[in-house]
Amino acid sequence: MKFGVVVFPGTWSDRDCGWVVDQVLGAELTYLWHKEADLKGVDCVIVPGGFSYGDHLRTGAIARFAPVMEKVGEFADRGGLVWGICNGFQVLCEAGLLPGALLRNSSLEFRCEWTNLVVERTDLPFTNACDDGDILRIPISHGEGSYFADPATLSRLEQQGQVVFRYADEEGRVRPNANPNGSLHNIAGIVNSRGNVLGMMPHPERCSEAELGGTDGLKLFRSVMHAAEKVLTA
Amino acid sequence: MIARVIVTPKPVVNDPQGITVRQGLAALGFAEVSDVRVGKYIEVNLDVATEREARERVEKMCKQLLANHVIEDYRFDLEPNGKGR
Repeated sequence: MKFGVVVFPGTWSDRDCGWVVDQVLGAELTYLWHKEADLKGVDCVIVPGGFSYGDHLRTGAIARFAPVMEKVGEFADRGGLVWGICNGFQVLCEAGLLPGALLRNSSLEFRCEWTNLVVERTDLPFTNACDDGDILRIPISHGEGSYFADPATLSRLEQQGQVVFRYADEEGRVRPNANPNGSLHNIAGIVNSRGNVLGMMPHPERCSEAELGGTDGLKLFRSVMHAAEKVLTA
Repeated sequence: MIARVIVTPKPVVNDPQGITVRQGLAALGFAEVSDVRVGKYIEVNLDVATEREARERVEKMCKQLLANHVIEDYRFDLEPNGKGR
Protein backbone atom coordinates (compact mmCIF):
# COMPACT_ATOMS: atom_id res chain seq x y z
CA MET A 1 0.00 0.00 0.00
CA LYS A 2 1.56 3.24 -1.17
CA PHE A 3 0.36 6.75 -0.36
CA GLY A 4 1.38 9.77 -2.42
CA VAL A 5 1.30 13.18 -0.75
CA VAL A 6 1.09 16.13 -3.16
CA VAL A 7 3.35 19.10 -2.44
CA PHE A 8 2.65 22.53 -3.92
CA PRO A 9 4.62 25.65 -3.05
CA GLY A 10 2.89 26.79 0.14
CA THR A 11 1.60 23.37 1.22
CA TRP A 12 2.13 22.99 4.96
CA SER A 13 0.56 19.70 6.05
CA ASP A 14 2.51 17.44 3.69
CA ARG A 15 5.04 16.35 6.33
CA ASP A 16 2.30 15.79 8.93
CA CYS A 17 0.44 13.51 6.50
CA GLY A 18 3.71 11.84 5.54
CA TRP A 19 4.57 11.23 9.20
CA VAL A 20 1.26 9.47 9.85
CA VAL A 21 1.56 7.33 6.70
CA ASP A 22 5.19 6.41 7.24
CA GLN A 23 5.73 6.42 11.02
CA VAL A 24 2.30 5.69 12.51
CA LEU A 25 0.57 3.59 9.86
CA GLY A 26 3.74 1.95 8.54
CA ALA A 27 2.66 2.27 4.91
CA GLU A 28 4.82 3.19 1.94
CA LEU A 29 5.12 6.93 1.31
CA THR A 30 6.18 9.12 -1.57
CA TYR A 31 5.87 12.86 -2.07
CA LEU A 32 4.46 14.11 -5.37
CA TRP A 33 6.01 17.45 -6.37
CA HIS A 34 3.55 19.75 -8.16
CA LYS A 35 5.72 20.03 -11.28
CA GLU A 36 5.97 16.27 -11.77
CA ALA A 37 3.27 14.74 -13.93
CA ASP A 38 3.88 11.30 -12.40
CA LEU A 39 1.98 9.62 -9.58
CA LYS A 40 4.73 6.99 -9.07
CA GLY A 41 2.30 4.08 -8.84
CA VAL A 42 0.55 5.17 -5.64
CA ASP A 43 -2.71 3.60 -4.42
CA CYS A 44 -4.01 6.76 -2.76
CA VAL A 45 -3.25 10.42 -3.43
CA ILE A 46 -3.48 12.84 -0.49
CA VAL A 47 -3.86 16.52 -1.41
CA PRO A 48 -2.89 18.06 1.94
CA GLY A 49 -3.58 21.34 3.68
CA GLY A 50 -1.76 24.64 3.49
CA PHE A 51 -1.80 27.67 1.24
CA SER A 52 -0.92 26.36 -2.20
CA TYR A 53 0.52 29.16 -4.36
CA GLY A 54 -0.27 31.55 -1.51
CA ASP A 55 -3.99 30.94 -2.10
CA HIS A 56 -3.79 33.90 -4.48
CA LEU A 57 -6.99 34.86 -6.31
CA ARG A 58 -8.99 32.09 -4.54
CA THR A 59 -8.04 29.11 -2.40
CA GLY A 60 -6.92 26.28 -4.66
CA ALA A 61 -7.46 28.31 -7.85
CA ILE A 62 -3.87 28.16 -9.11
CA ALA A 63 -3.01 24.71 -7.75
CA ARG A 64 -5.55 23.03 -9.97
CA PHE A 65 -3.43 23.90 -13.04
CA ALA A 66 -0.28 22.23 -11.68
CA PRO A 67 1.04 19.35 -13.85
CA VAL A 68 0.48 16.87 -11.01
CA MET A 69 -3.23 17.74 -10.85
CA GLU A 70 -3.86 16.62 -14.43
CA LYS A 71 -2.60 13.17 -13.40
CA VAL A 72 -4.64 13.27 -10.18
CA GLY A 73 -7.74 13.93 -12.30
CA GLU A 74 -6.98 10.99 -14.59
CA PHE A 75 -6.28 8.79 -11.55
CA ALA A 76 -9.65 9.75 -10.03
CA ASP A 77 -11.37 9.02 -13.36
CA ARG A 78 -9.90 5.51 -13.24
CA GLY A 79 -11.35 5.02 -9.74
CA GLY A 80 -8.14 5.81 -7.81
CA LEU A 81 -8.49 7.06 -4.24
CA VAL A 82 -8.03 10.82 -3.89
CA TRP A 83 -8.24 12.43 -0.46
CA GLY A 84 -8.26 16.21 -0.12
CA ILE A 85 -7.75 17.69 3.34
CA CYS A 86 -8.39 21.39 4.07
CA ASN A 87 -6.63 23.26 1.23
CA GLY A 88 -6.70 19.93 -0.62
CA PHE A 89 -10.51 19.96 -0.41
CA GLN A 90 -10.50 23.50 -1.82
CA VAL A 91 -8.20 22.38 -4.66
CA LEU A 92 -10.43 19.39 -5.52
CA CYS A 93 -13.49 21.69 -5.70
CA GLU A 94 -11.65 24.16 -7.95
CA ALA A 95 -10.52 21.25 -10.13
CA GLY A 96 -14.12 20.08 -10.51
CA LEU A 97 -13.39 16.70 -8.89
CA LEU A 98 -15.89 17.59 -6.16
CA PRO A 99 -18.96 19.84 -6.40
CA GLY A 100 -19.34 23.18 -4.60
CA ALA A 101 -16.84 25.64 -3.19
CA LEU A 102 -15.36 26.75 0.13
CA LEU A 103 -16.09 30.33 1.16
CA ARG A 104 -14.66 32.62 3.81
CA ASN A 105 -15.78 31.52 7.29
CA SER A 106 -18.99 33.28 8.25
CA SER A 107 -17.23 34.67 11.36
CA LEU A 108 -14.48 36.10 9.10
CA GLU A 109 -12.07 34.55 11.62
CA PHE A 110 -9.40 31.94 11.03
CA ARG A 111 -10.60 29.02 13.18
CA CYS A 112 -8.10 26.62 14.75
CA GLU A 113 -9.97 24.38 17.19
CA TRP A 114 -11.26 20.86 17.88
CA THR A 115 -14.52 19.84 16.22
CA ASN A 116 -16.81 16.83 16.58
CA LEU A 117 -17.81 15.13 13.35
CA VAL A 118 -20.64 12.68 12.86
CA VAL A 119 -19.76 10.04 10.30
CA GLU A 120 -22.66 9.45 7.92
CA ARG A 121 -21.00 6.91 5.64
CA THR A 122 -19.00 3.94 6.91
CA ASP A 123 -19.01 1.99 3.64
CA LEU A 124 -16.38 4.16 1.95
CA PRO A 125 -12.68 3.36 1.41
CA PHE A 126 -11.99 6.37 3.65
CA THR A 127 -14.30 5.44 6.55
CA ASN A 128 -14.61 1.63 6.64
CA ALA A 129 -12.84 1.47 10.04
CA CYS A 130 -15.52 3.74 11.56
CA ASP A 131 -18.71 2.45 13.16
CA ASP A 132 -22.16 3.74 12.31
CA GLY A 133 -22.90 6.81 14.38
CA ASP A 134 -19.24 7.38 15.25
CA ILE A 135 -18.38 10.86 16.47
CA LEU A 136 -14.81 11.75 15.54
CA ARG A 137 -12.91 14.46 17.37
CA ILE A 138 -10.73 16.11 14.72
CA PRO A 139 -9.33 19.67 14.64
CA ILE A 140 -9.91 22.29 11.97
CA SER A 141 -7.51 25.04 10.97
CA HIS A 142 -8.83 27.30 8.25
CA GLY A 143 -10.13 30.72 7.29
CA GLU A 144 -12.09 29.57 4.26
CA GLY A 145 -13.99 26.40 5.06
CA SER A 146 -17.61 27.42 4.70
CA TYR A 147 -19.03 24.83 2.33
CA PHE A 148 -21.34 26.18 -0.36
CA ALA A 149 -23.21 24.53 -3.22
CA ASP A 150 -26.22 25.74 -5.17
CA PRO A 151 -29.58 24.36 -3.93
CA ALA A 152 -29.87 21.71 -6.67
CA THR A 153 -26.35 20.40 -6.04
CA LEU A 154 -26.89 20.44 -2.29
CA SER A 155 -30.10 18.43 -2.50
CA ARG A 156 -28.41 15.94 -4.86
CA LEU A 157 -25.55 15.52 -2.36
CA GLU A 158 -28.05 14.86 0.43
CA GLN A 159 -30.21 12.47 -1.59
CA GLN A 160 -27.24 10.43 -2.78
CA GLY A 161 -25.67 10.29 0.66
CA GLN A 162 -22.53 12.13 -0.40
CA VAL A 163 -22.20 14.05 2.86
CA VAL A 164 -19.63 12.04 4.84
CA PHE A 165 -18.90 14.27 7.84
CA ARG A 166 -21.03 16.91 9.57
CA TYR A 167 -20.03 19.27 12.38
CA ALA A 168 -21.90 18.28 15.53
CA ASP A 169 -21.84 18.74 19.29
CA GLU A 170 -20.26 16.21 21.65
CA GLU A 171 -23.39 14.05 21.59
CA GLY A 172 -23.38 14.00 17.80
CA ARG A 173 -26.28 16.40 17.39
CA VAL A 174 -25.98 18.51 14.25
CA ARG A 175 -26.66 21.96 15.67
CA PRO A 176 -26.03 25.48 14.32
CA ASN A 177 -23.82 26.31 17.31
CA ALA A 178 -21.58 23.33 16.46
CA ASN A 179 -20.92 24.80 13.01
CA PRO A 180 -17.53 26.55 13.15
CA ASN A 181 -17.56 28.23 9.75
CA GLY A 182 -21.08 28.64 8.38
CA SER A 183 -21.01 25.57 6.11
CA LEU A 184 -24.39 24.76 4.59
CA HIS A 185 -26.03 21.81 6.40
CA ASN A 186 -22.99 21.71 8.76
CA ILE A 187 -21.05 19.95 6.01
CA ALA A 188 -17.44 19.15 6.95
CA GLY A 189 -16.68 16.59 4.25
CA ILE A 190 -18.18 15.17 1.05
CA VAL A 191 -17.44 12.39 -1.39
CA ASN A 192 -18.01 12.22 -5.14
CA SER A 193 -20.87 10.07 -6.44
CA ARG A 194 -18.49 7.21 -7.28
CA GLY A 195 -17.12 7.20 -3.74
CA ASN A 196 -13.41 7.45 -4.56
CA VAL A 197 -12.75 11.19 -4.06
CA LEU A 198 -13.13 12.60 -0.54
CA GLY A 199 -12.78 16.22 0.52
CA MET A 200 -12.82 17.36 4.15
CA MET A 201 -11.86 20.54 5.99
CA PRO A 202 -10.78 18.96 9.34
CA HIS A 203 -7.23 17.60 9.72
CA PRO A 204 -7.10 13.86 10.58
CA GLU A 205 -3.29 13.91 10.27
CA ARG A 206 -3.15 16.19 13.31
CA CYS A 207 -4.88 13.71 15.61
CA SER A 208 -3.43 10.33 14.77
CA GLU A 209 -1.25 9.90 17.87
CA ALA A 210 -2.18 10.10 21.54
CA GLU A 211 0.63 12.63 22.10
CA LEU A 212 -1.28 15.07 19.91
CA GLY A 213 -4.46 14.85 21.97
CA GLY A 214 -6.40 12.25 20.04
CA THR A 215 -6.21 9.34 17.61
CA ASP A 216 -9.54 9.57 15.78
CA GLY A 217 -7.81 10.74 12.60
CA LEU A 218 -5.94 7.45 12.39
CA LYS A 219 -9.24 5.65 11.79
CA LEU A 220 -9.44 7.30 8.37
CA PHE A 221 -5.85 6.42 7.45
CA ARG A 222 -6.46 2.84 8.60
CA SER A 223 -9.63 2.72 6.49
CA VAL A 224 -7.74 3.69 3.34
CA MET A 225 -5.03 1.14 4.06
CA HIS A 226 -7.61 -1.55 4.65
CA ALA A 227 -9.48 -0.67 1.44
CA ALA A 228 -6.33 -0.61 -0.67
CA GLU A 229 -5.11 -3.94 0.69
CA LYS A 230 -8.46 -5.51 -0.07
CA VAL A 231 -8.11 -4.35 -3.67
CA LEU A 232 -4.47 -5.50 -3.87
CA THR A 233 -5.24 -8.98 -2.59
CA ALA A 234 -8.45 -9.36 -4.59
CA MET B 1 -6.17 46.86 -24.51
CA ILE B 2 -6.77 46.93 -20.82
CA ALA B 3 -9.59 44.86 -19.33
CA ARG B 4 -11.06 46.00 -16.03
CA VAL B 5 -12.65 42.87 -14.55
CA ILE B 6 -15.01 42.98 -11.59
CA VAL B 7 -15.76 39.73 -9.75
CA THR B 8 -18.59 39.67 -7.20
CA PRO B 9 -20.10 36.97 -4.99
CA LYS B 10 -23.33 35.63 -6.49
CA PRO B 11 -26.49 37.01 -4.88
CA VAL B 12 -27.28 33.58 -3.34
CA VAL B 13 -23.84 33.40 -1.72
CA ASN B 14 -23.53 34.64 1.85
CA ASP B 15 -20.98 37.49 1.93
CA PRO B 16 -19.80 38.00 5.52
CA GLN B 17 -17.33 40.68 4.40
CA GLY B 18 -20.16 42.68 2.86
CA ILE B 19 -22.28 42.29 6.00
CA THR B 20 -19.40 43.44 8.20
CA VAL B 21 -18.73 46.50 6.01
CA ARG B 22 -22.44 47.35 6.04
CA GLN B 23 -22.48 47.18 9.84
CA GLY B 24 -19.38 49.39 9.93
CA LEU B 25 -21.04 51.98 7.69
CA ALA B 26 -24.18 51.88 9.85
CA ALA B 27 -22.02 52.49 12.94
CA LEU B 28 -20.55 55.55 11.19
CA GLY B 29 -24.03 56.93 10.63
CA PHE B 30 -24.62 55.91 7.01
CA ALA B 31 -28.14 54.76 7.79
CA GLU B 32 -29.16 54.80 4.12
CA VAL B 33 -26.95 51.80 3.27
CA SER B 34 -29.17 48.76 2.74
CA ASP B 35 -26.65 46.25 1.37
CA VAL B 36 -22.91 45.90 0.66
CA ARG B 37 -21.21 43.22 -1.41
CA VAL B 38 -17.43 42.90 -1.43
CA GLY B 39 -15.78 41.57 -4.59
CA LYS B 40 -12.51 41.81 -6.51
CA TYR B 41 -11.15 44.18 -9.13
CA ILE B 42 -8.62 42.80 -11.62
CA GLU B 43 -6.78 44.72 -14.37
CA VAL B 44 -5.53 42.69 -17.30
CA ASN B 45 -3.31 44.20 -20.00
CA LEU B 46 -3.51 42.38 -23.33
CA ASP B 47 -1.66 42.72 -26.62
CA VAL B 48 -4.39 41.99 -29.15
CA ALA B 49 -5.38 43.45 -32.52
CA THR B 50 -9.07 44.14 -31.97
CA GLU B 51 -11.57 44.79 -29.21
CA ARG B 52 -13.52 41.75 -30.33
CA GLU B 53 -10.51 39.53 -29.86
CA ALA B 54 -9.89 41.08 -26.44
CA ARG B 55 -13.49 40.40 -25.43
CA GLU B 56 -13.29 36.74 -26.46
CA ARG B 57 -9.98 36.21 -24.65
CA VAL B 58 -11.07 37.93 -21.43
CA GLU B 59 -14.31 35.91 -21.43
CA LYS B 60 -12.20 32.76 -21.52
CA MET B 61 -9.92 34.04 -18.76
CA CYS B 62 -12.90 34.77 -16.54
CA LYS B 63 -14.45 31.36 -17.14
CA GLN B 64 -11.23 29.40 -16.67
CA LEU B 65 -9.56 31.24 -13.82
CA LEU B 66 -10.54 34.77 -12.80
CA ALA B 67 -13.98 33.81 -11.45
CA ASN B 68 -15.37 30.61 -9.94
CA HIS B 69 -18.79 30.14 -11.55
CA VAL B 70 -20.08 28.25 -8.49
CA ILE B 71 -19.84 31.29 -6.22
CA GLU B 72 -19.00 34.34 -8.35
CA ASP B 73 -20.28 36.52 -11.19
CA TYR B 74 -18.02 38.64 -13.37
CA ARG B 75 -18.23 41.59 -15.74
CA PHE B 76 -15.61 43.67 -17.51
CA ASP B 77 -14.94 46.78 -19.54
CA LEU B 78 -12.28 47.24 -22.22
CA GLU B 79 -10.25 50.34 -22.86
CA PRO B 80 -7.26 51.06 -25.15
CA ASN B 81 -4.08 51.13 -23.07
CA GLY B 82 -2.10 53.27 -25.50
CA LYS B 83 0.11 50.33 -26.39
CA GLY B 84 -2.35 48.71 -28.78
CA ARG B 85 -1.27 47.13 -31.99
